[in-house]
Amino acid sequence: MSTAAIRGETNFEAVIGLEVHVELSTQSKMFCGCRNEFGAEPNTHVCPICLGMPGTLPVINRRAVEYLCKTGLALGCTIATDSKFDRKNYFYPDMPKNYQISQYDMPLTTGGGVQLPSGKLVRLNRIHLEEDTGKTFHAGGHMAAAEHTLIDYNRAGVPLMEIVTEPDIASPEEAEMYLGQLKAVLSYLGVSDVKMHEGSLRCDANVSIRPVGTTALGTKAEVKNMNSFRSVVRALRYEIERQEAAVRAGERIVQETRNWDEGRGLTYSTRSKEQAHDYRYFPDPDLVPLTIERETIARWKAEMPELPVAKRERLVREHGLSEYEAGILTEDVATADYFEAVAHAAKSAKQAANWLLGDVRRLLEKHELTLATTRMRPQQLAELIALVSAGTISGKAAKEVCDVMVATGEAPSAVVEQRGLAQTSDTSEIQGLVDAVVSANGDSVASYKAGKTKALEFLVGQVMKASRGKANVDIVRALLLERLG
Amino acid sequence: MADVPIDIDHVSQLARLALTEEEAARFSGQFSRLFEFIAELQALDVDAISATAQVIPLKNVMREDVAQACLPRDIALENAPAREGPYFKTPRILDGES
Repeated sequence: MSTAAIRGETNFEAVIGLEVHVELSTQSKMFCGCRNEFGAEPNTHVCPICLGMPGTLPVINRRAVEYLCKTGLALGCTIATDSKFDRKNYFYPDMPKNYQISQYDMPLTTGGGVQLPSGKLVRLNRIHLEEDTGKTFHAGGHMAAAEHTLIDYNRAGVPLMEIVTEPDIASPEEAEMYLGQLKAVLSYLGVSDVKMHEGSLRCDANVSIRPVGTTALGTKAEVKNMNSFRSVVRALRYEIERQEAAVRAGERIVQETRNWDEGRGLTYSTRSKEQAHDYRYFPDPDLVPLTIERETIARWKAEMPELPVAKRERLVREHGLSEYEAGILTEDVATADYFEAVAHAAKSAKQAANWLLGDVRRLLEKHELTLATTRMRPQQLAELIALVSAGTISGKAAKEVCDVMVATGEAPSAVVEQRGLAQTSDTSEIQGLVDAVVSANGDSVASYKAGKTKALEFLVGQVMKASRGKANVDIVRALLLERLG
Repeated sequence: MADVPIDIDHVSQLARLALTEEEAARFSGQFSRLFEFIAELQALDVDAISATAQVIPLKNVMREDVAQACLPRDIALENAPAREGPYFKTPRILDGES
Protein backbone atom coordinates (compact mmCIF):
# COMPACT_ATOMS: atom_id res chain seq x y z
CA MET A 1 0.00 0.00 0.00
CA SER A 2 1.42 3.35 -0.97
CA THR A 3 1.79 6.33 1.33
CA ALA A 4 -0.56 8.23 -0.95
CA ALA A 5 -3.28 5.66 -0.27
CA ILE A 6 -2.81 6.14 3.49
CA ARG A 7 -3.22 9.87 3.18
CA GLY A 8 -6.44 9.42 1.27
CA GLU A 9 -9.72 8.01 2.42
CA THR A 10 -8.25 5.10 4.36
CA ASN A 11 -10.05 4.28 7.58
CA PHE A 12 -8.00 3.00 10.45
CA GLU A 13 -8.71 0.60 13.25
CA ALA A 14 -6.98 0.44 16.58
CA VAL A 15 -5.24 -2.65 17.89
CA ILE A 16 -4.82 -2.60 21.66
CA GLY A 17 -3.28 -5.01 24.11
CA LEU A 18 -3.34 -4.38 27.85
CA GLU A 19 -0.90 -5.30 30.58
CA VAL A 20 -2.63 -5.09 33.91
CA HIS A 21 -0.63 -5.23 37.12
CA VAL A 22 -2.58 -6.34 40.17
CA GLU A 23 -1.24 -6.22 43.72
CA LEU A 24 -2.39 -9.31 45.56
CA SER A 25 -4.00 -8.73 48.95
CA THR A 26 -1.84 -11.14 50.90
CA GLN A 27 -0.88 -10.48 54.52
CA SER A 28 2.84 -10.50 53.76
CA LYS A 29 5.13 -9.71 50.84
CA MET A 30 6.02 -12.06 47.98
CA PHE A 31 9.36 -13.30 49.29
CA CYS A 32 9.56 -12.11 52.91
CA GLY A 33 7.36 -11.67 55.97
CA CYS A 34 7.03 -7.89 55.82
CA ARG A 35 3.45 -6.71 56.03
CA ASN A 36 1.72 -5.97 52.73
CA GLU A 37 -0.23 -2.84 53.54
CA PHE A 38 -1.04 0.33 51.61
CA GLY A 39 -0.44 3.73 53.18
CA ALA A 40 1.98 2.85 55.99
CA GLU A 41 4.68 5.29 57.11
CA PRO A 42 7.57 5.27 54.57
CA ASN A 43 10.15 2.51 54.96
CA THR A 44 8.51 0.84 57.94
CA HIS A 45 7.57 -2.38 56.09
CA VAL A 46 11.06 -3.38 55.06
CA CYS A 47 13.54 -6.08 56.10
CA PRO A 48 16.94 -7.38 54.96
CA ILE A 49 15.27 -9.53 52.25
CA CYS A 50 13.19 -6.84 50.51
CA LEU A 51 16.04 -4.35 50.96
CA GLY A 52 18.24 -6.74 48.99
CA MET A 53 20.89 -7.19 51.69
CA PRO A 54 23.67 -9.62 50.74
CA GLY A 55 23.27 -13.11 52.12
CA THR A 56 19.49 -13.06 52.42
CA LEU A 57 17.24 -15.61 50.72
CA PRO A 58 13.74 -15.08 49.33
CA VAL A 59 11.02 -17.67 50.03
CA ILE A 60 7.86 -17.86 47.90
CA ASN A 61 4.56 -16.82 49.52
CA ARG A 62 2.23 -19.81 49.10
CA ARG A 63 -0.93 -17.69 49.13
CA ALA A 64 0.32 -15.44 46.32
CA VAL A 65 0.73 -18.52 44.11
CA GLU A 66 -2.76 -19.67 45.11
CA TYR A 67 -4.32 -16.24 44.37
CA LEU A 68 -2.71 -16.06 40.95
CA CYS A 69 -3.73 -19.59 40.02
CA LYS A 70 -7.31 -19.04 41.23
CA THR A 71 -7.45 -15.94 39.04
CA GLY A 72 -6.18 -18.08 36.18
CA LEU A 73 -8.83 -20.72 36.82
CA ALA A 74 -11.57 -18.07 36.93
CA LEU A 75 -10.40 -16.75 33.55
CA GLY A 76 -10.10 -20.13 31.87
CA CYS A 77 -6.30 -20.15 31.81
CA THR A 78 -4.11 -23.22 31.74
CA ILE A 79 -2.14 -23.63 34.96
CA ALA A 80 1.46 -24.56 34.21
CA THR A 81 2.58 -27.87 35.63
CA ASP A 82 6.11 -26.51 35.93
CA SER A 83 6.99 -22.92 36.59
CA LYS A 84 9.97 -20.92 37.80
CA PHE A 85 11.12 -17.44 38.75
CA ASP A 86 13.68 -15.37 36.89
CA ARG A 87 15.70 -12.27 37.58
CA LYS A 88 14.99 -9.23 35.46
CA ASN A 89 18.11 -7.10 35.70
CA TYR A 90 18.04 -3.35 35.44
CA PHE A 91 19.60 -0.32 37.10
CA TYR A 92 16.92 1.75 38.71
CA PRO A 93 16.71 2.36 42.43
CA ASP A 94 13.04 1.32 42.73
CA MET A 95 14.43 -2.17 43.42
CA PRO A 96 17.29 -2.25 45.90
CA LYS A 97 18.65 -5.52 44.48
CA ASN A 98 19.17 -4.10 40.96
CA TYR A 99 16.85 -6.83 39.73
CA GLN A 100 13.22 -7.71 40.05
CA ILE A 101 12.15 -11.29 40.61
CA SER A 102 9.66 -12.08 37.87
CA GLN A 103 8.73 -14.91 35.53
CA TYR A 104 10.13 -14.92 32.03
CA ASP A 105 9.53 -18.00 29.94
CA MET A 106 7.59 -20.22 32.35
CA PRO A 107 4.68 -18.14 33.72
CA LEU A 108 2.20 -19.73 36.12
CA THR A 109 -0.63 -19.54 33.60
CA THR A 110 -1.09 -19.24 29.85
CA GLY A 111 -4.15 -18.76 27.64
CA GLY A 112 -7.64 -18.03 28.91
CA GLY A 113 -9.72 -14.96 28.26
CA VAL A 114 -12.20 -12.36 29.48
CA GLN A 115 -15.68 -12.29 27.97
CA LEU A 116 -17.02 -8.78 27.41
CA PRO A 117 -20.75 -7.99 27.87
CA SER A 118 -20.93 -7.78 24.06
CA GLY A 119 -20.00 -11.45 23.91
CA LYS A 120 -16.54 -10.76 22.49
CA LEU A 121 -13.68 -12.71 24.03
CA VAL A 122 -10.46 -10.87 24.83
CA ARG A 123 -7.85 -13.60 24.87
CA LEU A 124 -5.15 -13.65 27.51
CA ASN A 125 -1.55 -14.42 26.67
CA ARG A 126 -0.34 -15.15 30.19
CA ILE A 127 -0.47 -14.29 33.86
CA HIS A 128 2.78 -14.25 35.74
CA LEU A 129 3.87 -13.55 39.29
CA GLU A 130 6.48 -10.99 40.28
CA GLU A 131 7.33 -8.54 43.02
CA ASP A 132 6.24 -4.91 43.01
CA THR A 133 8.84 -2.15 43.07
CA GLY A 134 9.39 0.62 45.61
CA LYS A 135 7.89 4.06 45.16
CA THR A 136 10.14 6.85 43.96
CA PHE A 137 9.52 10.53 44.49
CA HIS A 138 11.32 13.04 42.38
CA ALA A 139 12.08 15.98 44.62
CA GLY A 140 11.61 19.18 42.67
CA GLY A 141 8.77 17.81 40.59
CA HIS A 142 9.42 16.44 37.12
CA MET A 143 11.92 13.63 36.86
CA ALA A 144 14.31 15.48 34.57
CA ALA A 145 14.32 18.60 36.73
CA ALA A 146 14.63 16.83 40.06
CA GLU A 147 17.78 17.28 42.12
CA HIS A 148 17.51 13.86 43.66
CA THR A 149 15.15 10.96 44.15
CA LEU A 150 13.54 9.79 47.40
CA ILE A 151 12.54 6.18 47.81
CA ASP A 152 10.03 4.31 49.97
CA TYR A 153 10.54 0.54 49.82
CA ASN A 154 7.31 -0.45 51.60
CA ARG A 155 5.88 -1.55 48.25
CA ALA A 156 9.07 -3.29 47.11
CA GLY A 157 8.38 -7.02 47.19
CA VAL A 158 4.58 -6.84 47.37
CA PRO A 159 3.13 -9.75 45.32
CA LEU A 160 2.17 -8.49 41.88
CA MET A 161 0.47 -10.43 39.12
CA GLU A 162 0.73 -9.25 35.56
CA ILE A 163 -2.17 -10.14 33.30
CA VAL A 164 -1.28 -9.77 29.63
CA THR A 165 -3.88 -9.82 26.84
CA GLU A 166 -3.46 -10.66 23.20
CA PRO A 167 -3.92 -7.59 20.94
CA ASP A 168 -7.67 -8.29 20.80
CA ILE A 169 -9.04 -4.96 21.97
CA ALA A 170 -10.37 -2.71 19.20
CA SER A 171 -11.41 0.49 20.98
CA PRO A 172 -10.99 2.51 24.18
CA GLU A 173 -14.53 1.49 25.14
CA GLU A 174 -13.67 -2.19 24.81
CA ALA A 175 -10.59 -1.60 26.95
CA GLU A 176 -12.81 -0.09 29.64
CA MET A 177 -15.22 -3.03 29.44
CA TYR A 178 -12.34 -5.47 29.69
CA LEU A 179 -11.02 -3.73 32.80
CA GLY A 180 -14.51 -3.67 34.33
CA GLN A 181 -15.00 -7.41 33.81
CA LEU A 182 -11.51 -8.18 35.07
CA LYS A 183 -11.97 -6.01 38.14
CA ALA A 184 -15.27 -7.73 38.92
CA VAL A 185 -13.69 -11.19 38.75
CA LEU A 186 -10.77 -10.12 40.97
CA SER A 187 -13.13 -8.56 43.52
CA TYR A 188 -15.26 -11.73 43.64
CA LEU A 189 -12.16 -13.87 44.13
CA GLY A 190 -11.01 -11.53 46.91
CA VAL A 191 -7.43 -11.71 45.63
CA SER A 192 -6.92 -7.93 45.40
CA ASP A 193 -8.36 -4.61 46.56
CA VAL A 194 -8.43 -3.60 42.87
CA LYS A 195 -8.22 0.10 43.74
CA MET A 196 -6.81 1.93 40.75
CA HIS A 197 -6.39 5.19 42.69
CA GLU A 198 -4.24 3.39 45.29
CA GLY A 199 -2.30 1.61 42.58
CA SER A 200 -3.40 -1.92 43.46
CA LEU A 201 -4.62 -2.21 39.85
CA ARG A 202 -2.45 -0.54 37.20
CA CYS A 203 -2.74 -0.64 33.46
CA ASP A 204 -0.33 -0.13 30.57
CA ALA A 205 -1.49 -0.28 26.97
CA ASN A 206 0.19 -1.28 23.73
CA VAL A 207 -1.49 0.70 20.98
CA SER A 208 -1.12 0.60 17.22
CA ILE A 209 -3.33 1.34 14.25
CA ARG A 210 -3.75 -0.26 10.84
CA PRO A 211 -5.93 0.33 7.80
CA VAL A 212 -9.31 -1.39 8.23
CA GLY A 213 -9.30 -4.77 6.54
CA THR A 214 -5.57 -5.41 6.90
CA THR A 215 -4.10 -7.91 9.32
CA ALA A 216 -0.47 -6.91 9.78
CA LEU A 217 0.17 -5.13 13.09
CA GLY A 218 1.40 -1.54 12.96
CA THR A 219 4.26 -0.19 15.07
CA LYS A 220 3.06 0.12 18.63
CA ALA A 221 3.50 2.70 21.33
CA GLU A 222 3.36 1.67 24.97
CA VAL A 223 1.18 4.07 26.96
CA LYS A 224 1.75 4.27 30.70
CA ASN A 225 0.64 6.26 33.73
CA MET A 226 -3.13 5.89 33.43
CA ASN A 227 -4.63 6.05 36.91
CA SER A 228 -8.34 5.42 36.41
CA PHE A 229 -10.70 3.70 33.96
CA ARG A 230 -11.55 7.17 32.69
CA SER A 231 -7.94 8.07 32.03
CA VAL A 232 -7.46 4.75 30.19
CA VAL A 233 -10.31 5.69 27.85
CA ARG A 234 -9.05 9.26 27.39
CA ALA A 235 -5.42 8.24 26.90
CA LEU A 236 -6.32 5.56 24.33
CA ARG A 237 -8.59 7.95 22.40
CA TYR A 238 -5.81 10.52 22.32
CA GLU A 239 -3.14 8.04 21.30
CA ILE A 240 -5.22 6.53 18.47
CA GLU A 241 -5.99 10.00 17.10
CA ARG A 242 -2.34 11.00 17.40
CA GLN A 243 -1.18 7.96 15.44
CA GLU A 244 -3.85 8.46 12.76
CA ALA A 245 -2.89 12.09 12.31
CA ALA A 246 0.81 11.15 12.13
CA VAL A 247 0.25 8.45 9.52
CA ARG A 248 -1.99 10.72 7.43
CA ALA A 249 0.73 13.35 7.55
CA GLY A 250 3.13 10.80 6.11
CA GLU A 251 5.08 10.32 9.33
CA ARG A 252 6.38 7.03 10.60
CA ILE A 253 5.20 5.76 14.01
CA VAL A 254 8.19 4.96 16.20
CA GLN A 255 8.17 2.27 18.83
CA GLU A 256 8.40 4.13 22.12
CA THR A 257 7.03 4.53 25.61
CA ARG A 258 4.61 7.41 26.08
CA ASN A 259 3.30 8.75 29.37
CA TRP A 260 -0.29 9.90 29.76
CA ASP A 261 -0.56 13.43 31.19
CA GLU A 262 -3.98 13.58 32.83
CA GLY A 263 -3.91 17.36 33.33
CA ARG A 264 -2.97 18.25 29.77
CA GLY A 265 -4.95 15.38 28.25
CA LEU A 266 -2.16 14.06 26.03
CA THR A 267 0.55 11.43 25.78
CA TYR A 268 4.19 12.43 25.46
CA SER A 269 7.27 10.48 24.55
CA THR A 270 9.46 9.62 27.52
CA ARG A 271 12.33 10.08 25.05
CA SER A 272 14.16 7.23 26.68
CA LYS A 273 16.70 5.68 24.38
CA GLU A 274 14.60 2.52 24.20
CA GLN A 275 17.54 0.48 23.05
CA ALA A 276 15.80 -2.87 22.99
CA HIS A 277 15.74 -3.46 26.72
CA ASP A 278 18.33 -5.95 27.68
CA TYR A 279 17.12 -7.29 30.99
CA ARG A 280 19.38 -10.34 30.86
CA TYR A 281 16.74 -12.59 32.39
CA PHE A 282 18.06 -15.73 33.99
CA PRO A 283 16.57 -18.26 36.41
CA ASP A 284 16.82 -16.99 39.99
CA PRO A 285 19.31 -19.35 41.65
CA ASP A 286 17.83 -18.51 45.08
CA LEU A 287 14.45 -20.02 44.23
CA VAL A 288 13.66 -23.61 43.34
CA PRO A 289 11.04 -24.43 40.68
CA LEU A 290 7.32 -24.77 41.34
CA THR A 291 5.27 -27.79 40.42
CA ILE A 292 1.53 -27.37 40.69
CA GLU A 293 -0.10 -30.73 41.45
CA ARG A 294 -3.42 -31.76 39.90
CA GLU A 295 -4.90 -32.30 43.37
CA THR A 296 -4.05 -28.74 44.32
CA ILE A 297 -5.74 -27.40 41.20
CA ALA A 298 -8.81 -29.54 41.95
CA ARG A 299 -8.97 -28.13 45.49
CA TRP A 300 -8.69 -24.54 44.23
CA LYS A 301 -11.47 -25.22 41.72
CA ALA A 302 -13.69 -26.54 44.51
CA GLU A 303 -13.06 -23.35 46.52
CA MET A 304 -14.01 -21.06 43.64
CA PRO A 305 -16.82 -18.63 44.58
CA GLU A 306 -19.72 -17.82 42.27
CA LEU A 307 -18.28 -15.50 39.62
CA PRO A 308 -19.85 -12.32 38.15
CA VAL A 309 -21.26 -13.84 34.97
CA ALA A 310 -22.86 -16.75 36.84
CA LYS A 311 -24.24 -14.43 39.51
CA ARG A 312 -25.67 -12.06 36.90
CA GLU A 313 -27.42 -14.92 35.15
CA ARG A 314 -28.76 -16.25 38.45
CA LEU A 315 -30.18 -12.86 39.52
CA VAL A 316 -32.06 -12.66 36.20
CA ARG A 317 -33.27 -16.25 36.51
CA GLU A 318 -34.13 -16.40 40.21
CA HIS A 319 -35.18 -12.83 40.95
CA GLY A 320 -36.61 -11.72 37.62
CA LEU A 321 -34.25 -8.74 37.35
CA SER A 322 -33.47 -7.24 33.96
CA GLU A 323 -30.03 -7.87 32.42
CA TYR A 324 -29.26 -4.22 33.04
CA GLU A 325 -30.19 -4.31 36.73
CA ALA A 326 -28.36 -7.59 37.28
CA GLY A 327 -25.33 -6.21 35.43
CA ILE A 328 -24.96 -3.20 37.69
CA LEU A 329 -25.72 -5.09 40.90
CA THR A 330 -23.01 -7.67 40.13
CA GLU A 331 -20.26 -5.21 39.17
CA ASP A 332 -18.54 -5.81 42.46
CA VAL A 333 -19.02 -8.46 45.05
CA ALA A 334 -19.90 -6.04 47.88
CA THR A 335 -22.88 -4.66 45.95
CA ALA A 336 -24.03 -8.12 44.91
CA ASP A 337 -23.83 -9.42 48.48
CA TYR A 338 -25.64 -6.34 49.79
CA PHE A 339 -28.41 -6.75 47.23
CA GLU A 340 -28.92 -10.40 48.04
CA ALA A 341 -29.08 -9.68 51.77
CA VAL A 342 -31.71 -6.93 51.28
CA ALA A 343 -33.72 -9.01 48.81
CA HIS A 344 -33.74 -11.95 51.22
CA ALA A 345 -34.71 -9.88 54.29
CA ALA A 346 -37.32 -7.79 52.43
CA LYS A 347 -38.60 -10.84 50.57
CA SER A 348 -38.69 -8.66 47.46
CA ALA A 349 -35.84 -8.64 44.98
CA LYS A 350 -37.57 -6.05 42.82
CA GLN A 351 -37.92 -3.57 45.70
CA ALA A 352 -34.34 -4.22 46.81
CA ALA A 353 -33.09 -3.58 43.27
CA ASN A 354 -35.21 -0.43 42.90
CA TRP A 355 -33.89 1.04 46.12
CA LEU A 356 -30.25 0.13 45.52
CA LEU A 357 -30.18 1.33 41.92
CA GLY A 358 -32.24 4.43 42.66
CA ASP A 359 -32.36 6.31 45.96
CA VAL A 360 -29.57 4.47 47.75
CA ARG A 361 -27.19 5.05 44.85
CA ARG A 362 -28.06 8.75 44.75
CA LEU A 363 -27.77 9.14 48.53
CA LEU A 364 -24.44 7.31 48.71
CA GLU A 365 -23.10 9.71 46.13
CA LYS A 366 -24.52 12.68 48.06
CA HIS A 367 -22.80 11.57 51.27
CA GLU A 368 -19.64 10.44 49.44
CA LEU A 369 -20.05 6.91 50.72
CA THR A 370 -20.20 3.44 49.21
CA LEU A 371 -22.09 0.31 50.24
CA ALA A 372 -18.85 -0.76 51.90
CA THR A 373 -18.52 2.43 53.97
CA THR A 374 -22.14 3.37 54.80
CA ARG A 375 -23.34 2.27 58.24
CA MET A 376 -26.76 1.35 56.85
CA ARG A 377 -27.07 -2.42 57.09
CA PRO A 378 -29.01 -4.51 54.53
CA GLN A 379 -31.42 -5.58 57.29
CA GLN A 380 -32.27 -1.91 57.96
CA LEU A 381 -33.00 -1.18 54.31
CA ALA A 382 -35.28 -4.21 54.30
CA GLU A 383 -37.09 -2.78 57.36
CA LEU A 384 -37.57 0.50 55.53
CA ILE A 385 -39.08 -1.33 52.56
CA ALA A 386 -41.43 -3.11 54.99
CA LEU A 387 -42.51 0.22 56.55
CA VAL A 388 -43.55 1.51 53.12
CA SER A 389 -45.31 -1.73 52.19
CA ALA A 390 -47.27 -1.66 55.51
CA GLY A 391 -48.35 1.93 54.84
CA THR A 392 -46.61 3.19 57.98
CA ILE A 393 -44.75 5.84 56.00
CA SER A 394 -45.26 7.34 52.57
CA GLY A 395 -42.87 6.73 49.69
CA LYS A 396 -41.80 10.35 49.98
CA ALA A 397 -41.07 10.09 53.69
CA ALA A 398 -39.15 6.88 53.02
CA LYS A 399 -36.66 8.80 50.87
CA GLU A 400 -36.08 11.22 53.75
CA VAL A 401 -35.62 8.34 56.20
CA CYS A 402 -33.21 6.61 53.83
CA ASP A 403 -31.15 9.79 53.60
CA VAL A 404 -30.59 9.71 57.37
CA MET A 405 -29.99 5.95 57.39
CA VAL A 406 -27.30 6.14 54.71
CA ALA A 407 -25.54 8.95 56.57
CA THR A 408 -25.82 7.64 60.13
CA GLY A 409 -26.84 3.98 60.10
CA GLU A 410 -29.81 4.71 62.39
CA ALA A 411 -32.71 2.24 62.39
CA PRO A 412 -35.58 3.32 60.10
CA SER A 413 -38.19 3.10 62.88
CA ALA A 414 -36.09 5.43 65.06
CA VAL A 415 -35.79 8.00 62.25
CA VAL A 416 -39.54 7.84 61.57
CA GLU A 417 -40.21 8.39 65.28
CA GLN A 418 -37.75 11.30 65.71
CA ARG A 419 -38.98 13.13 62.66
CA GLY A 420 -42.67 12.35 63.14
CA LEU A 421 -42.88 10.87 59.68
CA ALA A 422 -45.38 8.13 60.41
CA GLN A 423 -48.35 8.64 58.16
CA THR A 424 -51.89 8.50 59.41
CA SER A 425 -54.36 6.07 57.96
CA ASP A 426 -57.05 7.16 60.43
CA THR A 427 -60.08 7.56 58.15
CA SER A 428 -62.09 9.86 60.42
CA GLU A 429 -59.15 12.23 60.89
CA ILE A 430 -58.52 12.36 57.13
CA GLN A 431 -62.26 12.75 56.43
CA GLY A 432 -62.26 15.96 58.50
CA LEU A 433 -59.41 17.38 56.39
CA VAL A 434 -61.12 16.32 53.14
CA ASP A 435 -64.35 18.07 54.21
CA ALA A 436 -62.51 21.27 55.08
CA VAL A 437 -60.54 21.32 51.79
CA VAL A 438 -63.66 20.65 49.70
CA SER A 439 -65.55 23.53 51.42
CA ALA A 440 -62.64 25.93 51.00
CA ASN A 441 -61.98 25.17 47.30
CA GLY A 442 -65.35 25.50 45.57
CA ASP A 443 -63.76 26.48 42.23
CA SER A 444 -61.62 23.37 42.01
CA VAL A 445 -64.55 21.17 43.01
CA ALA A 446 -66.60 22.75 40.22
CA SER A 447 -63.75 22.24 37.69
CA TYR A 448 -63.48 18.59 38.64
CA LYS A 449 -67.22 18.09 38.26
CA ALA A 450 -67.01 19.82 34.86
CA GLY A 451 -64.61 17.02 33.79
CA LYS A 452 -61.23 18.53 34.58
CA THR A 453 -59.70 15.53 36.32
CA LYS A 454 -56.50 17.41 37.01
CA ALA A 455 -58.36 19.36 39.67
CA LEU A 456 -58.44 16.19 41.76
CA GLU A 457 -54.65 16.21 42.08
CA PHE A 458 -54.79 19.79 43.30
CA LEU A 459 -57.32 18.80 45.98
CA VAL A 460 -55.22 15.76 47.00
CA GLY A 461 -52.28 18.12 47.35
CA GLN A 462 -54.29 20.49 49.54
CA VAL A 463 -55.36 17.68 51.89
CA MET A 464 -51.74 16.42 52.10
CA LYS A 465 -50.60 19.92 52.89
CA ALA A 466 -53.26 20.27 55.58
CA SER A 467 -52.03 17.00 57.12
CA ARG A 468 -48.43 18.25 56.89
CA GLY A 469 -47.66 15.35 54.58
CA LYS A 470 -48.68 12.67 57.07
CA ALA A 471 -51.98 11.52 55.60
CA ASN A 472 -51.93 8.24 53.71
CA VAL A 473 -52.27 9.51 50.15
CA ASP A 474 -54.23 6.48 48.92
CA ILE A 475 -56.85 7.03 51.61
CA VAL A 476 -56.96 10.77 50.83
CA ARG A 477 -57.61 10.04 47.17
CA ALA A 478 -60.27 7.44 47.94
CA LEU A 479 -62.14 9.71 50.37
CA LEU A 480 -62.00 12.67 47.95
CA LEU A 481 -63.38 10.59 45.10
CA GLU A 482 -66.15 9.36 47.36
CA ARG A 483 -66.98 12.90 48.48
CA LEU A 484 -66.92 14.34 44.93
CA GLY A 485 -68.55 11.30 43.39
CA MET B 1 41.86 -13.27 19.84
CA ALA B 2 40.66 -12.62 16.33
CA ASP B 3 37.02 -13.59 16.69
CA VAL B 4 35.76 -12.24 20.01
CA PRO B 5 32.11 -13.32 20.25
CA ILE B 6 31.11 -10.57 22.64
CA ASP B 7 30.59 -6.82 22.47
CA ILE B 8 32.49 -5.70 25.56
CA ASP B 9 31.27 -2.10 25.22
CA HIS B 10 27.65 -3.24 25.35
CA VAL B 11 28.30 -5.50 28.33
CA SER B 12 30.14 -2.82 30.27
CA GLN B 13 27.34 -0.37 29.55
CA LEU B 14 24.73 -2.82 30.84
CA ALA B 15 26.81 -3.36 33.97
CA ARG B 16 27.38 0.40 34.40
CA LEU B 17 31.13 -0.16 34.44
CA ALA B 18 33.59 2.24 32.86
CA LEU B 19 36.46 0.11 31.58
CA THR B 20 39.87 1.29 30.51
CA GLU B 21 41.08 0.07 27.12
CA GLU B 22 43.44 -2.31 28.84
CA GLU B 23 40.60 -3.72 30.97
CA ALA B 24 38.28 -4.02 27.99
CA ALA B 25 40.89 -6.05 26.11
CA ARG B 26 41.64 -8.25 29.13
CA PHE B 27 37.94 -8.94 29.90
CA SER B 28 37.20 -9.62 26.24
CA GLY B 29 39.78 -12.34 26.39
CA GLN B 30 38.34 -13.79 29.57
CA PHE B 31 34.80 -13.75 28.19
CA SER B 32 36.01 -15.50 25.08
CA ARG B 33 37.38 -18.28 27.27
CA LEU B 34 33.89 -18.64 28.75
CA PHE B 35 32.47 -19.04 25.27
CA GLU B 36 34.98 -21.77 24.64
CA PHE B 37 33.78 -23.61 27.75
CA ILE B 38 30.21 -23.26 26.54
CA ALA B 39 31.19 -24.57 23.13
CA GLU B 40 32.63 -27.65 24.86
CA LEU B 41 29.36 -28.13 26.77
CA GLN B 42 27.35 -27.72 23.61
CA ALA B 43 29.27 -30.58 22.02
CA LEU B 44 27.96 -32.98 24.68
CA ASP B 45 25.02 -35.28 24.03
CA VAL B 46 22.35 -34.22 26.55
CA ASP B 47 19.30 -35.72 24.80
CA ALA B 48 18.64 -38.00 27.74
CA ILE B 49 18.71 -35.18 30.30
CA SER B 50 15.68 -32.97 30.83
CA ALA B 51 16.18 -29.21 30.93
CA THR B 52 16.48 -27.64 34.35
CA ALA B 53 16.87 -24.17 35.73
CA GLN B 54 18.12 -25.32 39.09
CA VAL B 55 20.73 -27.80 40.30
CA ILE B 56 19.28 -28.15 43.79
CA PRO B 57 17.07 -31.26 43.85
CA LEU B 58 14.15 -29.44 45.51
CA LYS B 59 10.88 -27.94 44.40
CA ASN B 60 7.92 -26.08 45.89
CA VAL B 61 9.78 -24.47 48.76
CA MET B 62 7.22 -22.00 50.07
CA ARG B 63 6.27 -20.15 53.23
CA GLU B 64 2.87 -19.50 54.76
CA ASP B 65 1.44 -16.03 54.27
CA VAL B 66 2.14 -14.66 57.74
CA ALA B 67 3.28 -11.11 58.41
CA GLN B 68 6.26 -10.73 60.71
CA ALA B 69 8.10 -7.90 62.37
CA CYS B 70 10.04 -5.62 60.05
CA LEU B 71 13.20 -3.63 60.67
CA PRO B 72 12.90 -0.45 62.70
CA ARG B 73 13.17 2.38 60.19
CA ASP B 74 16.36 3.87 61.56
CA ILE B 75 18.06 0.49 61.31
CA ALA B 76 16.73 0.04 57.76
CA LEU B 77 18.15 3.42 56.74
CA GLU B 78 21.39 3.04 58.67
CA ASN B 79 23.49 1.78 55.76
CA ALA B 80 21.95 4.08 53.18
CA PRO B 81 24.58 6.30 51.54
CA ALA B 82 22.11 9.14 51.90
CA ARG B 83 18.70 9.65 53.46
CA GLU B 84 16.21 12.44 53.75
CA GLY B 85 13.69 12.19 56.54
CA PRO B 86 12.09 8.74 56.31
CA TYR B 87 13.34 8.14 52.76
CA PHE B 88 16.34 6.65 51.02
CA LYS B 89 17.89 9.31 48.84
CA THR B 90 19.66 8.75 45.54
CA PRO B 91 21.07 11.03 42.89
CA ARG B 92 18.34 12.07 40.49
CA ILE B 93 17.27 9.43 38.02
CA LEU B 94 17.90 10.42 34.45
CA ASP B 95 15.49 9.54 31.69
CA GLY B 96 16.48 6.51 29.74
CA GLU B 97 18.27 4.82 32.58
CA SER B 98 15.40 2.56 33.58
